Amino acid sequence: MIAFLFRRIVQALLVLLTVAAIAFMMNTFLGDPLATILGPDSTAAQRDQVRIQLGLDRPLVVQFADFVWRSAQGDFGMSYRLGRPVAAVLAERAPASIELTIVGVALAVLIGIPAGLVTAIWPASAASRVILAVSLFGISVPSFFVAVILIWVFSVNLGWFPSFGRGQLVTIGTWQTGLLTPSGWRAIIMPAFSIAIFQIAIIIRLVRAEMLEVLRTDFIRFTQARGLMARSIYISHGLRNALLQVITIIGLQFGSILAFAAITETVFQWPGLGYLFLQSVQAADVSMMSAFLMLVALIFVTTNFIIDCLYYIMDPRIRADGPMGGHA
Amino acid sequence: MRDLFRALRRAPLAFISLIVVLIYVFAAIAPGLLAPYEVFDLTKISLMDSFIPPVWLDGGDWRFPLGTDDQGRDIISATIYGIRISLMVSIAGVILALLIGVVAGLVAGFFGGAFDAFLMRIADIQLTFPAILIAVLIDGVARAAVGQAARDQLSVIVLIIAIGLSGWVQYARSVRAATLVERERQYVKAARLIGISKLSIMFGHILPNVLTAVLVLATIHLATAIILEATLSFVGLGIPPTTPSLGTLISIGNGFLLSGEWWMAIFPGAVLALLVLCVNLLGDFLRDALNPRLR
Repeated sequence: MIAFLFRRIVQALLVLLTVAAIAFMMNTFLGDPLATILGPDSTAAQRDQVRIQLGLDRPLVVQFADFVWRSAQGDFGMSYRLGRPVAAVLAERAPASIELTIVGVALAVLIGIPAGLVTAIWPASAASRVILAVSLFGISVPSFFVAVILIWVFSVNLGWFPSFGRGQLVTIGTWQTGLLTPSGWRAIIMPAFSIAIFQIAIIIRLVRAEMLEVLRTDFIRFTQARGLMARSIYISHGLRNALLQVITIIGLQFGSILAFAAITETVFQWPGLGYLFLQSVQAADVSMMSAFLMLVALIFVTTNFIIDCLYYIMDPRIRADGPMGGHA
Repeated sequence: MRDLFRALRRAPLAFISLIVVLIYVFAAIAPGLLAPYEVFDLTKISLMDSFIPPVWLDGGDWRFPLGTDDQGRDIISATIYGIRISLMVSIAGVILALLIGVVAGLVAGFFGGAFDAFLMRIADIQLTFPAILIAVLIDGVARAAVGQAARDQLSVIVLIIAIGLSGWVQYARSVRAATLVERERQYVKAARLIGISKLSIMFGHILPNVLTAVLVLATIHLATAIILEATLSFVGLGIPPTTPSLGTLISIGNGFLLSGEWWMAIFPGAVLALLVLCVNLLGDFLRDALNPRLR
């Protein structure tokens, strides 16, 4: 266990370091901090003075080490576009994105797993056909267009939900939540659903494939032969085995959910991290972009690490396997 | 190849998809033959014709069956020219990804060693990031490097690079895995023995044997590439509105959604969704038909 954990942590740190190097290069070679601070008509002497002040005259390796050290402490520098510390802006925007992602994933799981079970247990039924057709639709319609359709139907025509914003917010400490007011819930439904639809399609396909596989194995046939009730077989024996895959994919999808949330947030003008990120890219705000890159890498590495650990706990075969490098 | 056609005849859904995709390709190659108007010629559009709804609504006009946009451009024509740009960019992006991935996978699989290890680590790291994030970052880097105005002029090239660099990993992995197997086969050993150069063994002998897998990957990748292009254009990071792609058209239309001019966003969006759906169905069909284990 300890060797396994150690190897995974080293790998995770290597990934983070690589991403930090890319972010550092973006910061160093793309933006010109001197021109940003001093303006275009500064003299050479002024530039040299500031360059020494900022430590830009030091060797690149030293600058990189400094960059990593500061980033690790949460100091990502100043945003060129907003003129405020990047970390403060990120902290302010995070709650909106976290709430949206959690509600989106919850919707995806609550709809996806039962629907997937239906298609696996009654493959020939009309309900299964409808579910599979809808899931094909779900992976074919781009999520931003789903958002556009939702706004058209439910905001413009029916007037049920607002087309932008978070509704009324309640502040708890430093956290602004929309989940405690009715208008906040009405505002989150459509963005959360347009994030969830692609995930629902994936979860349905996955649960179905896994369940079909599990239902074909000998131990399920044996339990049937033993006369156990059908439902208990499906739920307790089949689903438990299929869930491992579902956990993995949801974990792995977490990243792409965050990424697609950027698009959805833009359509709904949801004041979260993704909307901020796209605005920063449009304005070529390099320090914001590089901070984002590292933040996303950290989230990915952490979720992957947690998934690996869950796997290790849930599937004894991995433990017997020995070196993990074999199927990297 | 003949097997493929026979399988296609037994799969009506895939057959219809193929025909639909071919119609799109035709529209992309010769938009002038299908589109009633030349929408990008400013002398031929009139602001007097702007915001005309589809014919079945009040105020509709038979000259523009699906209505017009804010500049008086015919929606049908704009959409057809949009297909051209969307398909061009995403196909070019897929080809770029394919070239990078196939060459990298062949070299890594054939020679192994440090290059192989290095490449696969990069692939691992990149795989943890969704393609859309990478594409957005590449766009941002391009903006910061060449400036806003130049970026807009280069938008097609930036998008192709973004699609290519965000999608090469799948090809590299699959070609590498196949190459590792092929490398040990008798025919490769025989070719080596009679002194054929490594380069021509790689591209002349091994490559043809891994091409089917690449073809399937490319079809599935095309669907994601089309979505990627449309998404980037939609959020304003792709093709500028002067020569709109499908995503740009939806983006323009989205601005008028709340004021009731829904046709500007919905029609191009439906055309986009149908294209992706058919490419996906074709991809599924190819994967099943070309998979030797299922035959």
